Amino acid sequence: MLQIDTLTKRFGDKTAVDAANILVEKPTMIGIIGRSGAGKSTLLRMLNRLSDATEGSITFEGEDVTLMKGAAKRDWQSRCAMIFQQFNLVPRMDVVSNVLHGTLNKRSTLATIFNLYPQADIHKAIEILDRLGIAEQAPKRAEALSGGQQQRVAIARALMQDPKIILADEPIASLDPMNAQVVMQSLRTIHEEDGRMVIANLHTLDTARRYCDRVIGMRDGRIVFDGTPAQLTTGVARDIYGAGDDFSEAATSTEIETLDRPEVREAEAWI
Amino acid sequence: MTDTTIGTAPHSLDSIQSSYMAQVQKRRLYGGLALMIFVILMVAGFNVADQRNAGGFWDGLHRIFDYPADVLSEAWEKRADLPALIVKYFPALIETINIAAVSTLFGAFGGLFLSLLGTRGLAKWPRLIPVFRRISDIMRAVPEIVIALVLIFVMGGGPVPAMIAIAIHTAGALGKMFSEVAENADLKPVEGLASTGATWSQRMLLGILPQVAPNYISYALLRFEINIRASAILGFVGAGGLGYELRNAMAWGPGRFDEAGAIFVLLFGTIVFFDQLSSRFRNRLTEGQGQ
Repeated sequence: MLQIDTLTKRFGDKTAVDAANILVEKPTMIGIIGRSGAGKSTLLRMLNRLSDATEGSITFEGEDVTLMKGAAKRDWQSRCAMIFQQFNLVPRMDVVSNVLHGTLNKRSTLATIFNLYPQADIHKAIEILDRLGIAEQAPKRAEALSGGQQQRVAIARALMQDPKIILADEPIASLDPMNAQVVMQSLRTIHEEDGRMVIANLHTLDTARRYCDRVIGMRDGRIVFDGTPAQLTTGVARDIYGAGDDFSEAATSTEIETLDRPEVREAEAWI
Repeated sequence: MTDTTIGTAPHSLDSIQSSYMAQVQKRRLYGGLALMIFVILMVAGFNVADQRNAGGFWDGLHRIFDYPADVLSEAWEKRADLPALIVKYFPALIETINIAAVSTLFGAFGGLFLSLLGTRGLAKWPRLIPVFRRISDIMRAVPEIVIALVLIFVMGGGPVPAMIAIAIHTAGALGKMFSEVAENADLKPVEGLASTGATWSQRMLLGILPQVAPNYISYALLRFEINIRASAILGFVGAGGLGYELRNAMAWGPGRFDEAGAIFVLLFGTIVFFDQLSSRFRNRLTEGQGQ
């Protein structure tokens, strides 16, 4: 379905992603883990074509994504939705308008500046918001919402695109543990109910373990681990994070319960 | 009636959808009305202007290019003289650039003081902030050409009245831009310096200027470009420089259009040159800021 072949991205003499190879046969929920600067975001941005690859190719259902230009590229972007760490909504527009931005690829500029979306689309947008549990917020401005609600609006915008793939770049990194759970659970539900492929950058191990079917570990731009959550032992995790023996999985946790455990405090001091 | 109001937190999906649709309909109606009023005003205004225009807009439209065509064709016929004429008018160009440079320099210093004295949190005399702000408003509001005409009447023609006129306008305009930058400056360094017993001018020079210098220089360079154009135009009212020569060449009608052509070439080349130079320099300043 999705094949990434020796995908490389260089910024000057620095290699952000170094010859990444990934093969996905069927819609899967994939978590990419690694330290900040490991190349996770760059990989996702190349998949969405927000940035261009230096070398290598991405193939989706027989089409070469890396060669697409102009309208074909924008069409691919509409089929491959992206969710960002900082939500990237338009803060001064209302929630429904933000969700309707998911249809921009199908509408003309003139129709969108005069807010002439079809009624069916508007109803669908509110239904998606309802599915994510935030329909009451529909007429409010996006900036008036809490972080967790804004991230769900961003997910709604992604769903409005009706994409084959949803890319999530650190979707929970700026959320508190409760909201992080709600957002991750929404992504999992979307994967299970709609059968969409979800690729999420996460920097906490336990989130990847808990919600993903497959985990890919990156370190310094290279893929150093690719397997099921069960195969992800503490030794492998130490390798991915480049940590010593004092590393404990709880140190990268966002769960509320783990925060009270004493070993976390020690590990945080180390981080 | 109540189901269309926002904030009553309607609970069923249908009522949310219908209340949002009602809101969208209202917004579209207002948008459509605003667009219609805009179009009506534009068309009506154009018709009024067209009727008042001596000769009418549509009758004159095709003649717009007659004059430039005359100038160009005559300049083209005498193209062999062009290099000699460019050399002849080069000193006038230097005069124009000098007027712009000196007035930008004086104007920037004036603007600096006006901005520091007129910014909340920085001003030496907080009660006089409105006074300095109004002074900068007035200096900016009076067009250069008006100040220049008055000064030329009083002092006689020449580059000095033009320089003073442009410097006054520049001080007012830069004072406004500088003070907007200074408003966003961090006050902690100023407090730190005040705790060591520094005077007001020491606090400003050492605490504020290093923060705002890249932006100030960038604005001053932009103003320099604008001032080159302004000083060329002031030549038309007798302030010397390239504009004076251009007026003479153009006003005397056919026969001297080759000189007008040469001056246009000089003026255009200079503006493009300084535009490129300062935009490159400004880019470097703003990029350097981010690092």
